Amino acid sequence: MKSARKKAIAGKVIVYAILILIAVLMIIPFIWMLSASIKSDREVFQMNPFVLIPENPKFSNYHDIWTKIPMLRFAENTIFLTIVVTFLQLLTSSFAAYSFAKLEFKHKNTLFFAYIATIAMPWQVYMVPQFIMMRKFGLNDKLLAIICLQAFSAFGVFMMKQFYEDIPNELCEAARIDGMSEYRIYASIMLPLSKPALSTLTIFTFVNTWNDYLGPLIYLKSEQKKTIQLGLKMFISQYSSDYGLIMAGSVLSLIPVLAVFLCLQKYFVEGVAATGLKG
Amino acid sequence: MTKGLSRQKKRDLVAYSFIAPNFIGFAVFTLIPIVFAFALAFLNWDGSNPITFAGLNNFKQLAGDVFFKAALKNTIIYCIGTVPLTMVASLALAIVLNQKVVGRGIFRTLSFFPYVASLVAVTSVWKMLFHPSKGPINNILYTYFHVPMEQLPQWFTGSLVLLSMILFSVWKYMGYYMVIYLAGLQGISAELYEAASLDGANTWQKFRYVTWPQLRSTTFFVVVMLTINCFKVYDIAIMLAGGGSGELTISSTVLVYYIYQKAFIDWKLGYSSAVAMVLFLMVFVVTMIQFRGQKKYQ
Repeated sequence: MKSARKKAIAGKVIVYAILILIAVLMIIPFIWMLSASIKSDREVFQMNPFVLIPENPKFSNYHDIWTKIPMLRFAENTIFLTIVVTFLQLLTSSFAAYSFAKLEFKHKNTLFFAYIATIAMPWQVYMVPQFIMMRKFGLNDKLLAIICLQAFSAFGVFMMKQFYEDIPNELCEAARIDGMSEYRIYASIMLPLSKPALSTLTIFTFVNTWNDYLGPLIYLKSEQKKTIQLGLKMFISQYSSDYGLIMAGSVLSLIPVLAVFLCLQKYFVEGVAATGLKG
Repeated sequence: MTKGLSRQKKRDLVAYSFIAPNFIGFAVFTLIPIVFAFALAFLNWDGSNPITFAGLNNFKQLAGDVFFKAALKNTIIYCIGTVPLTMVASLALAIVLNQKVVGRGIFRTLSFFPYVASLVAVTSVWKMLFHPSKGPINNILYTYFHVPMEQLPQWFTGSLVLLSMILFSVWKYMGYYMVIYLAGLQGISAELYEAASLDGANTWQKFRYVTWPQLRSTTFFVVVMLTINCFKVYDIAIMLAGGGSGELTISSTVLVYYIYQKAFIDWKLGYSSAVAMVLFLMVFVVTMIQFRGQKKYQ
């Protein structure tokens, strides 16, 4: 009996040891980032001894980054793109998904097949013809190009449909008998029930759009149109040894995604469980 | 009769009105370019001059293209390194975080940070940590492991580039696959573990005979997703190994970069699309395996 308890304690110790090790590995780069963002270029690599917070923290890095590059403009562009894309993605995907999951209509299978057939198609395979087309439409170097590119994914429709199929049909039937229109059913029954799926899709879309690099790189050429990712990369290649400033810019670029993630994360595991695995 | 028909028609219209906003955007910006991409691989075009028919020439040329072969090889090596490591790491993390431990929520959140963090930001930290002459990692190797100065690893050039990309990718994406595993673990019935305990199974045996077989479909899904995502690698290579203007050398080039380079730097759109077709075929094969596997496992 005693050895069993000893074993249990040993097990706990191992579990915690692994946990702490992983947590340290996960978090060290972020600690380093925060610490370096308030250091001078002379201090950033100082190791013996390593100090987390320097004696004279150089908070001016957080001020200077806004003037060294048009960070405000980059931030505005990125915020605009991310909000519009996320909003459109949530609205149009959940709208289409409702129809595929709960309504019977002609050509339903054909239309859905178009989504299924392309869901595994990497964007990188058709990014070139897509660019040529957008250029024809006059969307080269326009923020609108990124919106068109990101807002109508097959993934969103697919994910929302998986989730809606788990909501009992009887709920919709009852509402129809009560004389509710399909639009009302969607807005007042389905949407409120799909918070986990909507939160998960929000995290995915927000993170993807905010952090996207290749899309903006192809489309957004002039400096006035650049996003934070492009701008930061541009800054890094111009001032590759201004580590303090680079880190300050990096910290700033992380705050919005982390904030959104922290707000919505309680639904996230549930959302992935409900929608990701059924494939 | 006519009344019933029109009612069905009306229903169809309502259904289409739900689908239209997404489908129109999807058709214009995804479906049409996909069809276009297939055609383009058999054409010669620089984007402005008249198009000429190339037949299979683009593909024939690929067979002798050293840079293409390097890109393909690097992508596959990256994949072979990343897939098993990420799978093992995320499974281990999920199992640990599925236990009743203090601060479980905080740990789960933390392990997700790298996934949501922007690539530009976290790669620039990695480039500092692994800086060949000044970074703390090499500093530790030098000070505590007495690795001679000239033998300190050059993490972002030559043969080590792929290893750096693999390690970085495991770090960045394990949190995401951990969530998928966590969902899988939560679907295993507690009774199975109770039965195993009654039979006197130890922790390892419980994992080997309950957890692992029960997670088979999850593991399958994780491996497929990981493989496809590895084929699409691009920005990690650019950020970690790219030069000042983001160009990649033969030791770090990957398929997607080659598609990009051929199209937007050399303006050989047909040739670029031929490379894209190779990427498509790779993803297609894995997807087919997934379809067959899903039937088997579910």
